[in-house]
Amino acid sequence: MSEGMYAEEPAIEAYGLGMRYRRGWALRDCSFRLPAGRICGLVGPNGAGKTTLLSIAAHVLQPTHGSISLFGGAPGSVESGRRTAFLAQEKPLFRRFTVAETLRLGRELNPGWDQRAAEGIIRAGNVPFDAKIGTLSGGQRTRVAIALAFGKRPDLLMLDEPMSDLDPVVRHEIMGTLLAEAAERGTTVLMSTHVLAELENVCDYLVVVSGGGVRLAGDVDELMSVHTLVTGAKEGDGMPPALGCHTLVESRTSGRQFTALIRPEGPVTGPWDTNAPNMEELLLAYLRSPDAPPLITPTAQVHGQGFGTGAVAA
Amino acid sequence: MVTVEYRIDRRSGVPAFQQIVQQTKQALRLGVLVPGDRLPTAKEVAETSTVNPNTTLKAYRELEREGLVEPRPGQGTFVRRTLGRPETGTDSPLYAELVAWMSKAAGAGLEREDVAALVASAMEKQYAAGNVAATGSTGATTTRSTGE
Repeated sequence: MSEGMYAEEPAIEAYGLGMRYRRGWALRDCSFRLPAGRICGLVGPNGAGKTTLLSIAAHVLQPTHGSISLFGGAPGSVESGRRTAFLAQEKPLFRRFTVAETLRLGRELNPGWDQRAAEGIIRAGNVPFDAKIGTLSGGQRTRVAIALAFGKRPDLLMLDEPMSDLDPVVRHEIMGTLLAEAAERGTTVLMSTHVLAELENVCDYLVVVSGGGVRLAGDVDELMSVHTLVTGAKEGDGMPPALGCHTLVESRTSGRQFTALIRPEGPVTGPWDTNAPNMEELLLAYLRSPDAPPLITPTAQVHGQGFGTGAVAA
Repeated sequence: MVTVEYRIDRRSGVPAFQQIVQQTKQALRLGVLVPGDRLPTAKEVAETSTVNPNTTLKAYRELEREGLVEPRPGQGTFVRRTLGRPETGTDSPLYAELVAWMSKAAGAGLEREDVAALVASAMEKQYAAGNVAATGSTGATTTRSTGE
């Protein structure tokens, strides 16, 4: 499984990261590791703290609990500032600047600026260089923001809901650009979204946060392969006893049909249809059942973290 | 020149890297890809099919392990050999036998779905290997009862 290529340095390590406001927790007990070179989806319900987590990593917010490191350095250090780029959900750009002026600003502000890469991304979308930002469509503006981010030549690119206001065609096009640029440069990408279908085949790593911390984290292939979707006829109430030896994530019944997402602890025997879940099914099951035991695969664990962490101090 | 474009079905439950492996093999069988052709780069696949570049590279490593393709540093991944063989053509004896069997099945009153189910199950028995995505409607028999 581990091909050496994945054993490299971590891009992000979060230790018990939390953000508490007077009204309550915005992010709580968040520990995970993201290896470099991965394209990671950050998933969670609204209010789970995705934006807070990204803002802390981008040094926009100071955490009240725990710590996070980017390539071994603290957010805000010169080193991590140079190596990371953050694209906030509202894509803050100067509306009165033209596209060309926006790129010039990027060039002036960033020592390692790559004008060719930035211009290439703009050209691929046929965005006119002399247009003012304020006159661009949502998709064009996103493209300029992505060009600005990649022009910085970051090793880690963090994006907060980058596709939320785009139509499906533009979304596909921008996602293609994003993946192609990441492929070219080996950029680590951490991207939050709540459009689950968007993540399938795009991400090779996942971090799911909700209420009490990290629910699911690790390599997508690994996460998918340890789960099985079981369907069959309902037997009485609840979980059929024969499935009791497996770890249950979620079970549902509709009419006489019984469906469960389990982490098999051995062969699944009995009159059931077993299927590999797709990513959306896996994520929905975890998001719908906050009491399911969390799963953090070894590559996603930080030092001193056990398998079943996420202990909530009530 | 881009020789093939991968079509990734996001809802099938079959991992994307396996879909790329299967589609490449299919293209090799059909002669869409021939030795010397360059496969699209991970960047090109990412751009056209929005597939994670690591997924494409994983598929290419798999194809390389099977000796079908070879990476040439700085140039890309190239096809080494074809999968087309005489037994898979429509003029092969195996095909003729299958046609004969099909007409026997039709004669016995089997419908399209019944035949598909039989073929799938026989194929499963013969080539059982790892994870095969089970296709829905298992027990739904669709034989029409011709009135009483």
